[in-house]
Amino acid sequence: MEYHLNTPLKKEDVEQLDAGDIVYLTGTVLTARDEAHARILEMHEEGLELPFELEGAAIYHCGPLMQQIEGKWIVVAAGPTTSDRMSKMTPDLLEHFKVRALVGKGGMNNVAESLKGKCIYLAYTGGCAALAAGSIKNVPQVHWLDLGMPEAVWELEVVEFGPLIVGIDTKGNDLFTSIKEKARESFLKK
Amino acid sequence: MTGKITYDAVVKATIDTIKEAETLLPDDVIKALETAKKNESSNVARSQIEAILKNIEIAGNNSIPLCQDTGILIFYVDIGRDLHIDFDLKGAILEATRIATQQVPLRPNAVDPLTRNNSSDNTGEGLPDIKYDFVEGEHLKITVAPKGAGSENMSVLKMMNPTELKSIDDFIVETVLNAGGRPCPPVIVGVGIGGSFDKAARLAKSSLLRTVDDMNDEEKAVLSRINSLGIGPMGLGGDTTALAVHLNTSHCHTASLPVAINIQCWANRHASVTLGGDE
Repeated sequence: MEYHLNTPLKKEDVEQLDAGDIVYLTGTVLTARDEAHARILEMHEEGLELPFELEGAAIYHCGPLMQQIEGKWIVVAAGPTTSDRMSKMTPDLLEHFKVRALVGKGGMNNVAESLKGKCIYLAYTGGCAALAAGSIKNVPQVHWLDLGMPEAVWELEVVEFGPLIVGIDTKGNDLFTSIKEKARESFLKK
Repeated sequence: MTGKITYDAVVKATIDTIKEAETLLPDDVIKALETAKKNESSNVARSQIEAILKNIEIAGNNSIPLCQDTGILIFYVDIGRDLHIDFDLKGAILEATRIATQQVPLRPNAVDPLTRNNSSDNTGEGLPDIKYDFVEGEHLKITVAPKGAGSENMSVLKMMNPTELKSIDDFIVETVLNAGGRPCPPVIVGVGIGGSFDKAARLAKSSLLRTVDDMNDEEKAVLSRINSLGIGPMGLGGDTTALAVHLNTSHCHTASLPVAINIQCWANRHASVTLGGDE
């Protein structure tokens, strides 16, 4: 099945999706990698308010290549980064914030349980940074640029961003894990 | 030309070569991806390779980097033994890296390993990595191979016991299996066997400069085992997990068997320029 969804995402939007479905996103996505995840959790711990809204948000595991021309930020290239680096911090993030979609590549480890009933994992084709840049129409804001260009939180306005493959759905199905399990069985059989 | 090679000529040629490596893929890789697309039986797998081919086209047409992870820069420099260099060659490559970071542009990826402070220009202690070799002739050849972290982080080195010779293939296949979709398959698997702890890693990495179809029967057999795993493009299932396996070997100590595996994503970026000599 193919779905075209708008952000902010509602719980119902993501609950209808099954692993293997194709999704196109329109609206705002927020980039966040290792250091942004760590800072979000630290600020929550200290009771501080975040400078961006995570309710219904789609978080994009991406460290874009940006260029500032006459004071305005332009996306040069913005493909997904390896999501698994964020696996350990994801359960905590989803416990405190109503993030509805994680977008990245390569799958994640042991997060299916914490995604259940609330959030989906969407896979974008790794390395397709020039293709992705084409669906990013505007960069309204950047937060935490002190973390460096790849680690900052960039607000990206996207139109029909995809195709994104549902890698982990809200029912606990994990496409990456099941493919890897099958691969391990065939490896051990040889 | 046999004219003198200058500092400025090296800076300019190096900037152009970095740009070429970041925005265009070698033809052999594109051809291998096209063949993989034709042979894929899974729709999702085909959609991933189609996206990759479309991305290559957009990057080439617009002269923008193929991937936002423009990598760290690895240079291979061949210096003709009859060439006289009377300028700071390393300095020229460093300057080219700084200018290319602004001009191409490249993402600033170089950080201090402990403080994680970003140098903002892709240089720093030991970066870019430059390997020098002396060769016949009076030319200077500079090859640049940008390496991204997604695939680099999945790379492994193991000091095997010499009696484990027969399990080298298993080690390679299992490493690709463990990596799954993380290194952006279809991957190219560079393997260094022998040498020493450090040399095995260098052999593995430099094997990625070989063309993808340059494979002997042993390499083809390992490739076929990897592809029978069904991990597929981006780990979403399918027939193409790897495009090539390259095994480079070196004599080693009789008590040693180092094996290094350097995984390369589909974006096997590299480009070369030759200055001076008989051209």
